[in-house]
Parts: sequence; structure tokens; C-alpha cells
Amino acid sequence: MTTSFLIELTVLILAAFLGVEVISKVPTLLHTPLMSGTNAIHGIVVVGAIIVAGIPGQPTWLRIVTLAAVALGTGNAVGGFVVTDRMLEMFKKRKPGEQEQQEA
Amino acid sequence: MSRSDGISLAYLVTIVCFILALRFLSSPARARHGNWLGAFGMAVAVVATFVQPGLTNYASILVVMAVSAPIGAYAARAVRMTAMPQMVALFNGVGGGAAALVAFADFHNSAPSPDRLALNNSVAIVLSALIGSISFAGSMIAFAKLQEVMPGRPITYPGQKVGNLALLAVLLGLGIAVVAGYERQWVLGLLILGALAFGVLFVLPIGGADMPVVIALLNAFTGVAASATGFVLHENVLIVSGMLVGASGSLLTLMMARAMGRSIANVLFGAFGQLQVSAEAIAASDGAVRPTTPEDVAVMLAYAQRVVIVPGYGLAVAQAQHAVRDLATELEKRGVDVKYAIHPVAGRMPGHMNVLLAEANVPYDQLSEMDEINPEFDRTDVALVIGANDVTNPSARNSPGSPIYGMPILDVDHSKNVVVLKRSMNPGFAGIDNPLFVDPKTVMLFGDAKDSVEKLVAAVKHA
Repeated sequence: MTTSFLIELTVLILAAFLGVEVISKVPTLLHTPLMSGTNAIHGIVVVGAIIVAGIPGQPTWLRIVTLAAVALGTGNAVGGFVVTDRMLEMFKKRKPGEQEQQEA
Repeated sequence: MSRSDGISLAYLVTIVCFILALRFLSSPARARHGNWLGAFGMAVAVVATFVQPGLTNYASILVVMAVSAPIGAYAARAVRMTAMPQMVALFNGVGGGAAALVAFADFHNSAPSPDRLALNNSVAIVLSALIGSISFAGSMIAFAKLQEVMPGRPITYPGQKVGNLALLAVLLGLGIAVVAGYERQWVLGLLILGALAFGVLFVLPIGGADMPVVIALLNAFTGVAASATGFVLHENVLIVSGMLVGASGSLLTLMMARAMGRSIANVLFGAFGQLQVSAEAIAASDGAVRPTTPEDVAVMLAYAQRVVIVPGYGLAVAQAQHAVRDLATELEKRGVDVKYAIHPVAGRMPGHMNVLLAEANVPYDQLSEMDEINPEFDRTDVALVIGANDVTNPSARNSPGSPIYGMPILDVDHSKNVVVLKRSMNPGFAGIDNPLFVDPKTVMLFGDAKDSVEKLVAAVKHA
């Protein structure tokens, strides 16, 4: 085991605790946007895909594989954020006095 | 500060943005800003990655991104809200597939070296390939079931569990072989193919009603796969982001299973929906149902003080959300207090029903969670159950023989009157009879949900 691995493992464990902490505060009302939002966040694999796609001197088939990963990751990230925005835009609170206005 | 320090700092900005994005989701008022922050963080990460030293092949990467980004955006714009579960399943699969491909590519680039891979690298490659592939294939099957490209009911055959377990054992064996030093590409290739097969086989026996659990679980898988990719490439941004998603997916999986009153193992391996209707439930259904007319219901609603609407997936299928919102508006004009009671598994994914009602302009402060609304049913004049069945079934509370015994339900039977809008007397998704329908307090309004609710709106106006 190396020090850098232990640091990575530490980061992982802390991220797990932080994730549970933050996400348990999300109301059930917003669970679908939470899922699509975290969906967008795992689109971060696009970073990994770009790194492997940018390695020089790869055979053509591997180039295709890595570029496919870039395509999947990009579509995942962009689509995830767009659909989450679309959903969150719809959540509106009742305007104060709305009922009176309707009666008038 | 070196260039790689700069890149690491940029990634740190991304991590903070993602965490804040999730934090902002704790209130509907700020959630949208959080999402923008998340998108900004993603953009920062992508730009930072492009200045990585030694990166080549810019042109083709940029072209691929320029093509796939609008496709993702278009799909996200075009999808209907009822189809959100499919969309999320698809994105889960796509993310998992990308993680597996990255692991495979990195293995190809680093494995044929004379030295063995460091243990942590090979473990990470195997996990990323394995979990990513399972997530990809499993999500595609979940997508196909939700999209009704293939039947949503559980698909079972003899020896299924044993076969799946054997396959999983083989996959673990292959993984251990790679980690132990047998670093051949065909082994990892076989592992990926086997994991794809396992993904398919493991979702096949899970029924449509259990999809909220499966989608949440696959979401967790994809997150963990992305996190493993971070260990492969030694990038903290992937480790943290992937783990945040993993934590979220795991929590949601637990919550959904709890909302169904079942263990995760039971959901995944139980092939629910295959269960026969219990004799007890059939005996209970001997009582007579009382059909009613929209006019009678309208009078009951118009002169009530408190009405609770209980929407189920049947409401979404009938596209009755807008009609229901009109009904609530009409009732409120007459001074009736109207609330919506949302069961956690009312849709096909966690929180789905809230989104469907928000789309129909129902203000979110009218939407009440199960624990919040249950004590209020005692003071409710009319509970209007629209397209919901199992989540209102009192057998879950008081008949230990029922397949859904122990599932937390909405206590609609505690209200003074219950009106059930239903297409016909078929049992619900889980194939279980509902004693609520023969309760003396219950009347049934048969017909298409949208049609029935529209008639109710018209009748309330004249009541």
C-alpha cells in the first residue's frame, strides 16, 4: 500500500459520510430531481474519458472505445443537468393571496 | 504553482460545486440555483481536463463532445415527465458504460508492462469494469421494462437464482485472477461481457412496481463505478463525485425498500407480482362495492371541509394531473381545504408523483408526505383516491397473511368518507385485493381517471 492510495481511500470514506449527511436532508418532495441531479454528477466520468481518450499512440479500436466513453459521459452530464433544471423550474410555492385573486 | 496544481485546484472547485448543488436541494426554493452551480462545476472540470499535460487528440474529443452534448440536451428537453424513470435509467446506464470503457482503456494502456500493476490499480480497474458493466446492462433492461419495450412483469425461469449466483461467482473469479496478476486483456474482456449478461439477468425477475428500488440501486452502482474510475486514474474529483452519487443512490434504495415494507433482498430476488392472491384477501372481497356517480361525489366534496387527494400512478397513466389540479382549484374557491397525500412509491421512481403534480402547477406546499398526512386522515371528510391501490390497502396494516403486510400505507380508511376512482375492479399492480374497496365508508367511481375527474369538476361547479 502506498501513501497516495491511503489518501485516496480517506477521501473516499469522507465523501461517503458527507454524501449521506447532505442527502438525508433532501426532502422526499425533491427525490426525483435528486436522482437526476446525481445522475448528472456521475457524468463526471467524462473527465476520465477525456483523459484516456487523450493518451497518445493508441490503436484505432481503442481510440473508438475511448471516444465512445467521451460521448456517453458528455451526453450523461449535459442531459442530466438540463432535465434537472426543467424539473426544478416546475416546483412552485402557492403565491400568497392566490385564492383571493381567483375568487375576485 | 505548477500546471497540475492548478488543475487539482480547479477540480476542488468542482467538488465544492457538486456538494453545494446537493445541499441546495434541501429546499425547493434554492434547488434550481444549486443545479446551475453543479453544471458550472462540471464545466470547470471539463475545461481543466483539457489543459492536462500530455493530452493529445483534442480535435476528435471536441468533435465527439460537440455532437453528444446537444443530443443529451435534446433528449432532456423532449422527455415527458411520466417518462422520467426511463430517462434516469438510461443516464445511469450511459454513465456506468462510460466508467467500464474507461477502465478497459486504462487497462490496455498500462497492463502489458513488464511490472505488475499496483494492487490498488488492478482492484479499481476490475471494480470499475464490473460494476459499470452491470449498471449499463441492468439499466438498459430497466429502461426497456419502463418504456414497455418488453413486458414489465417479472420474468422468471427455473434455476434463475442459482444461475445468477454461479455467474456472479465466475465474475468474481475472473476479477480475482486479474488482481492476482493474470493481467490479460481477454480476461478483463470476458469479465465485462459476463458482467453485461449478469446486469440483464439480475433485472429480468424484478417487476415494474419495484422499479423505484432498482433505479435507485443502479444509480448507486454507477456512482460507485465512477468512484472506482477515480482510483484508476488517481483523480479525487471522480472519487468524491462518484461516492456522493453512491451515497445518494444507496440511501434512496433503502428508503424505497422501507416504503414498500420489504427488504432489499426481497425486492431484488423475490420476483414480486408472482405471488398468488391470498385466500384471506379473496374472502374479504366478498363484500359488495358501492358504485356512485360524479354528481354524488361532487356534492360530497363541495360541502366537505377537508379533502385529501391520494394520487397513484394510475392518475399519471390517465394524464389526469391537470384535471385534478382544476378540481382542487374549484374546491378551494368554495373554501374547502385541499391537500395531496403522496406515498413514497406513488410513481415509478423516488419522488416521481411530486414532479408529475408540480408539472400540473400544483403548488408544492400542498403536497404532503405520508408521515405528515397520516395523522390528519382522522379529521378528513373525504379522501379521494385516484389511481392508487396498494398504497391505501389496509391489509398492509392488519392482515399478517397479506403479501404487502408491513408496508407503510396512507391511512385513508381513517377519514369519514372514501371515494375511489378506478378504471375497473382489477386488483392493483401487486395483484392483491384491497379491502378498502368494500369498506362501508367507501364508494367507487368507475371509469377513466381523467374523464371522471373532468366530470367531477363540472359537477362541483354546479353543486
